[in-house]
Amino acid sequence: MQAEIKLEVRDVTKLFPGVKALDHISFQVRRGTTHVLCGENGAGKSTLMKIINGIYTPDEGQILLDGQPVKIQNPIHARSLGISMVFQELSYVPEMTVAENIFLGRWPLDKLHRIDRAEMYRRAQALLDSQGLHYSPYEQLKNLTVSDIQMLEIIKAVSNDPQIVIMDEPTSAITEKETQKLFEMIRKLKEKGACVIYISHKLDEIFQIADEITVLRDGTMVDSKPASELDIDDVIQMMVGRRMENKYPYEEVPKGDVLLDVKNFNSSGVFRDINFHIRAGEIVGFAGLMGAGRTEVVRALFGLDPSDGGTVTIKGSAKTKLSVQGNIADGLVMLSEDRRRYGLVPIRSVMENVSLANLKKFIYKGHLHRREERDAVQEQCQRMNVKTPTLETTVEALSGGNQQKIVLAKWMEVNPDILLMDEPTRGIDVGAKYEIYKLMIELAKSGKALLMVSSELPELLGMCDRIYVLSQGRITGELKRSEFSAEKIMAYAIGTIQD
Amino acid sequence: MQAKRSKANLWETLKSKYAIFLVLVVLFVICSLLNKNFLTWNNLTNISRQISVTTILAFGETLLIISGLLDLSNSSVLAFAGTLSVMAYKANGSMLLAILVSIAVAVFCNALNALMTTTFKAPAFIVTLAMQTMARGAALLLTAGQNVYQIGDYTILGQGSVWIIPTPILFMIFFFLVTRYILNDTRFGRSLYAIGGNEAAANASGIAVNKVKTGAYLINGVMVGMAAVLFMSRVNAGLPNGAQGYETEALTTAIIGGTSFTGGIGTAGGTIVGAFIIGFLNNIMNLTSVNSYLQQIIKGLIIALAVIYDIYAKNKRTRKKMGNIEDKQQAA
Repeated sequence: MQAEIKLEVRDVTKLFPGVKALDHISFQVRRGTTHVLCGENGAGKSTLMKIINGIYTPDEGQILLDGQPVKIQNPIHARSLGISMVFQELSYVPEMTVAENIFLGRWPLDKLHRIDRAEMYRRAQALLDSQGLHYSPYEQLKNLTVSDIQMLEIIKAVSNDPQIVIMDEPTSAITEKETQKLFEMIRKLKEKGACVIYISHKLDEIFQIADEITVLRDGTMVDSKPASELDIDDVIQMMVGRRMENKYPYEEVPKGDVLLDVKNFNSSGVFRDINFHIRAGEIVGFAGLMGAGRTEVVRALFGLDPSDGGTVTIKGSAKTKLSVQGNIADGLVMLSEDRRRYGLVPIRSVMENVSLANLKKFIYKGHLHRREERDAVQEQCQRMNVKTPTLETTVEALSGGNQQKIVLAKWMEVNPDILLMDEPTRGIDVGAKYEIYKLMIELAKSGKALLMVSSELPELLGMCDRIYVLSQGRITGELKRSEFSAEKIMAYAIGTIQD
Repeated sequence: MQAKRSKANLWETLKSKYAIFLVLVVLFVICSLLNKNFLTWNNLTNISRQISVTTILAFGETLLIISGLLDLSNSSVLAFAGTLSVMAYKANGSMLLAILVSIAVAVFCNALNALMTTTFKAPAFIVTLAMQTMARGAALLLTAGQNVYQIGDYTILGQGSVWIIPTPILFMIFFFLVTRYILNDTRFGRSLYAIGGNEAAANASGIAVNKVKTGAYLINGVMVGMAAVLFMSRVNAGLPNGAQGYETEALTTAIIGGTSFTGGIGTAGGTIVGAFIIGFLNNIMNLTSVNSYLQQIIKGLIIALAVIYDIYAKNKRTRKKMGNIEDKQQAA
């Protein structure tokens, strides 16, 4: 007899010094269902998942598997109990191949306890084929894109027939197409009787797969209900404790001069013939599928990657050479899609991170003026609504949303005129997203030119004045706000129609 | 917004920030109780004079390690620059020229280190290891392996005093202040931390990474050059084989002082505290006649402990981070 309830979390409380991270949380996950966990950053979702995965032990309460209380010692123990986890932050060995990474630590062995490479590659190939992934098991991980690697993490987690799969923001780095593939995988897992605990900020996709939804807020349970009884607005209200009137605070802003004008911008083998412009007060979007070249164009413009050919005119003056330093001096800055890698120095303080790009403002007469620096950083943090215990706190200790606000605060400190924002809301919660949208509108109102690259179509449609669609390294379409439609954008993105 | 710092928090900060200083104070008290000769003006100035050369090297090392670099060549470059400087003095008689020669040679060697690590992206470990061998070879070639004696008044910097304070100590204090100034008060210093903490982000924030790294090596060169003059004038000769193992002493000093081997973390104050910890330990072991072979074992143990502590502290931070990603919010 199999119990219908596979996993039960009963009255779990977790204390961290000075903080109650989880306060008597209880919910049940039934066999063969997807249980979605929602909540803003800081609600306690990840802590809860780490308890189920054995990284933390609860201070009070119990975890029950098949009705039996278990004490999960560590992730290896969790794995032996059939619990497998896809982490939000990817961990892999870049120099190793796809196959070696999939079987990391559990390599197939031959009779002499040597790694059976042939067997390993055969099994990896079978696994990749079964999930419809096109890359070779011999490829080194460092040659794959973030989204490829995320997909690998997912198939790694499902490859050993787990009974419970925990997925923490699995879609934050993958494309729409891959997301559908992931949902297909989840359906297959459910058919086999496994259950999936799914954490996501993307509310629209939650409803595609959720059987039940549990919402946490500030470490407490708000509610746990069947998905059929809820809609997106209910969930948002439960998460933030109030009804969000408008997801996108778009406002019509009068447009000024062209601040950024890009003509015939090229980078051989990456993108070509890129033509676009942004006016003061305008928010322009870059839509397209993963790999369409959006990030590459933005990075080349900012001077992080080389480009060959084309004219880039910033605030009326044509640039012969694009460099990060030159761009910052000209008032053009870029928010990277990968904030941990390109945006932050995680082991240093909030203060140092925020003032990093504009230190010369505080250093004069031969020394650093700490009071001025502190005041300026404090002001930016208040403006961005950064939540941090102190300005000396290291950035690595903060949540994703706060980290993104710190990168933004850093650039606000430079007072730029043109902002290239690559996935500005990736992996951050609804509340923080809304704050970033509000900031974007505020910036547009003050006459800045904004470019937003996003893989979330609804936010592009909600926030932009114009959208350029990229496909295979080229701009295939341009739409004014009055012409916006998701179908049209997808058609341009896939490349079925062209201007 | 800003949570008030609680008392517990303040104690945490004190503990993490000044732990190494507390170690020094405790060590000082223990040493004073262990041997009555320890707490005397002569002994304390003696210790300070003994540690001054390696501590100056350690300041350069601190700047480099913070930015994710390293210098294993400083001992050999010191020997090369120092012997050349002594020879220049013997030929010419000008102390100023001798100092300039020493600094110029050391800066030149470090410019090569910088070129290799920035332009050719070679790892600092290998590059400076190669320089260590080359500079030692150059020093020996220059002197045909013979020590240079009869250096006359060259000894003035290493053996002289200003009022009652030996000059090497003054130089050590001077370079401490320089390092502190660089790290705390200049854009260059902040850039060092940023590059060591995350080079890609530093670059994307408009920091000229290669220029900063080159600058770090050049400043290191100045320090090595000055240390060379102090060393040779203290030992009363130009020793092409001198200062062997000083690179490890300098590294140890920086690491014990809390400079993180993985970059991005370290202070001038920590390094000088680290230097005194080593100085006190050496001194008390000599005063209490600990077997000199045993002394080596103890010193090695201390290095291992310092590194373990560094890793422990880092793990503590990461553990905190895992909880805090979710939980700091509520604390705020």
